[in-house]
Amino acid sequence: MDVGIAHYLTVAAILFTLGIFGIFLNRKNVIIILMSVELMLLAVNINLVTFSVQLQDMVGQIFAMFVLTVAAGEAAIGLAILVIYFRNRGTIAVEDINQMKG
Amino acid sequence: MIESLCFYLFAAITVLSGFMVIASRNPVHSVLFLILAFFNSAGLFVLLGAEFLAMILVIVYVGAVAVLFLFVVMMLDIDFVELRQGFLQYLPMGALIGLILVVELMMVFGGWVLAPEMTAVVASATPDIAETENTRALGQLIYTDYVFLFQCAGMVLLTAMIGAIVLTHRQRPGVKRQNISKQVRRRRDEAYELVDIKPGQGV
Repeated sequence: MDVGIAHYLTVAAILFTLGIFGIFLNRKNVIIILMSVELMLLAVNINLVTFSVQLQDMVGQIFAMFVLTVAAGEAAIGLAILVIYFRNRGTIAVEDINQMKG
Repeated sequence: MIESLCFYLFAAITVLSGFMVIASRNPVHSVLFLILAFFNSAGLFVLLGAEFLAMILVIVYVGAVAVLFLFVVMMLDIDFVELRQGFLQYLPMGALIGLILVVELMMVFGGWVLAPEMTAVVASATPDIAETENTRALGQLIYTDYVFLFQCAGMVLLTAMIGAIVLTHRQRPGVKRQNISKQVRRRRDEAYELVDIKPGQGV
């Protein structure tokens, strides 16, 4: 069976759904939520590269690179926030974060 | 044939380890499965012909982001058993939404047909792989047409770096630090005092 564009897109779709599923499943654990976001960004990157190759257009790969950059920055900031949150409260349960409002 | 085999291998391991990321009990295992997922999607990128992005994925994600996750998971003393409470409570809702989403995405992508006039609107066409390999083609675009965006990406990374440092840096009270200017400024007459004590008297 020949591997076409639909196969790659299916893998990306499943990965994206797994990311969303992970956010639902681990609603208390911020670390797993951040990892799920990384999974979703990876799925988006697979989509971008697939279409870039399919359309013979390099811009998709460039955009995927910028997505990678933003994902790296997001992970760094997210984990920094996580560390100071843990330092202040001694837990990383997401449910208590709404105490920060107002 | 071998390409299809590689694709199915990489895709299966990617999806399975993606599932294990969200399902495994130990967050350290989650991070390790995340690394496995990244490696295998780098394999998918190689199969697609985007070698540079594959290598960047391995270097940036596995080398930096996943190790950062690993650091944080191991550094913080967290009771993960307590955090897993309510895991099954959210399972039906999450499964329902995930199922709906994956079916919708399959419907969109399954019937995907590229319009024939799409080749006319290509922004910058991929050069022939025999003349210009993937890395060179990317570089030729990044450093010419997209140099402004490239610099902006650098600024984003700089902002993230400064932000992470500012957020996590703290000054503890009572920590002694070397003050070189103060040391240099010190003079002899303020460092010690000569006391002339007569015999038989106290200070």
